[in-house]
Amino acid sequence: MRRGGLGTALAVVAFLTFFLGPFLWQVLTSLWPDGELTRPWPTHLTLESYASVLWGRPFLRVVANSLGVAALTTVFCLTVGAAAAFALAKLEFRGRGVLLGAALGVSMFPPIATVSPLYLILRAVGLRDSLVGLALPYTTFALPLTLWVLTSFFRQLPDELYRAARVDGCTPFQAFRRVLLPLAAPGLATTAILVFIFSWNEFLYALTFLTTPEKRTVPVAISLFASEYREPWGEIAAASVVATLPLVALTLLFQRRVVSGLTAGAVKE
Amino acid sequence: MSARGSLERERRQAYWLVAPSVLVLAAVALYPILAAVWLSLHRFILVFGERRFIGLGNFAYLSGDARFWSALGNTAYFTVVAVTVELVLAVPLALLLQRAFPGRGLLRAAVLVPWAIPTVVSARLWAWMFNPDSGLINRLLGGQDINWLGAPGYALHAAILVDVWKTTPFVALLVLAGLQGIPEDLYKAARVDGASSWRTFRSITLPLLKPALLLALLFRSLDAFRVFDAIYVLTEGGPANTTETLSIYAYKTLMRSGDFGYGSALSVATFACVVVLAVVWLRLLGRAEEGR
Repeated sequence: MRRGGLGTALAVVAFLTFFLGPFLWQVLTSLWPDGELTRPWPTHLTLESYASVLWGRPFLRVVANSLGVAALTTVFCLTVGAAAAFALAKLEFRGRGVLLGAALGVSMFPPIATVSPLYLILRAVGLRDSLVGLALPYTTFALPLTLWVLTSFFRQLPDELYRAARVDGCTPFQAFRRVLLPLAAPGLATTAILVFIFSWNEFLYALTFLTTPEKRTVPVAISLFASEYREPWGEIAAASVVATLPLVALTLLFQRRVVSGLTAGAVKE
Repeated sequence: MSARGSLERERRQAYWLVAPSVLVLAAVALYPILAAVWLSLHRFILVFGERRFIGLGNFAYLSGDARFWSALGNTAYFTVVAVTVELVLAVPLALLLQRAFPGRGLLRAAVLVPWAIPTVVSARLWAWMFNPDSGLINRLLGGQDINWLGAPGYALHAAILVDVWKTTPFVALLVLAGLQGIPEDLYKAARVDGASSWRTFRSITLPLLKPALLLALLFRSLDAFRVFDAIYVLTEGGPANTTETLSIYAYKTLMRSGDFGYGSALSVATFACVVVLAVVWLRLLGRAEEGR
């Protein structure tokens, strides 16, 4: 038993070091004085890198862009997807399995496969270099995610609730709006968190479709962070921490939900 | 209202409820895929506005394009190695997360940190770890100056490490969900029979975990096969194209050369590979479910 305890402790320490170490190193780098990065240890810690990221670059603008696109995608997908998820979970109709399968298939699409036509479509409707236009390709991964997570939440609500509402004279749609949707609020919140995080992190579409520097999202801006002579590692680290902390906080705060949402659909009832 | 009429009505309403989602999916996924196939049959240079139908010309060129085959090889290597390592790490991690021990809450929270970090940010973070002059890895190796991202043999493995760091937690969560579905009674029975913990793992945990493992393999291999973000940020496909994957090659052809015809052919080829991979996995998964 004692050997098992020691083994467990070692494994825990190893995993903790592997998963947290690099992130903590990044946090330390962000506080490291810029001229001293080649030294073994910093002589003191400073917020200089944060100051130059937040005030020397249009980084707050970039954060606002990401917030906007992610929020728009989330609201759009939940609005469109909630009714469908309810129908998929509670109503009998032909093509139910096909639709869920198709949604899963679409979420497995390599995004590169749709880049060229989406580029031409967005260009044709004048939405190529636009944050609103970017929310459109984002639905390719966000809507399937919404459908899967929300459907599994609606399935967990007892069928009797739906039937009782129907007996009381509600149409299926009214039963959805008045009875099941309010009860699915935790599921909606979970889905919203996941869709928001996935949208916030998206890179390929944002890199391809946005050309104006002021419209960049956080991942694109961070990937293009450079100064004339050398990589500004301190600033990159500071920007990374700023871009990541809200997400890490959100994830840890809603840990249970995130985990249940991520594995929803993966575990069959 | 007759029961049949009510059912009929329910079905009709169901179609109205799913219609918006179906339309959106058709517009952002189905149509673009078909359009990409159509584009791949053209010679189409964006800046010149040149566009002409050439049938399978792009695919004929692709079959003899050494850079395509090398990108396919890199993608396959990346996928196989990354997913294998992730699974090998995720099973013990999940077993650990299932046990009660002081600090479990901390570990559960810690594994979510890499998952929540945007891939681009984690790639930048690791690029700094791999920095030849002042990166943490060379520091820990006692002041070596190995250029991890600039050396052909190392760079792809560096990218694999970034992927492993970021996605092992997700795989572990899937495995953990599978573990929690195994009835406690089976373990109790094994303990009564005096089975060793290795024997219990081999004869109970692993077989019952098989569907969860196959599912994780399915998700992860399809996801790894489309890898773009991490490699684009770490190396942009270099050095000497040794880390260039299919998505990177297609992206460069589309957006840097503006060749929408051949670029679309590369995208369609990537898509086809993913479909083949998915079909193979689903077959295996189906067989595993039947075997239960």
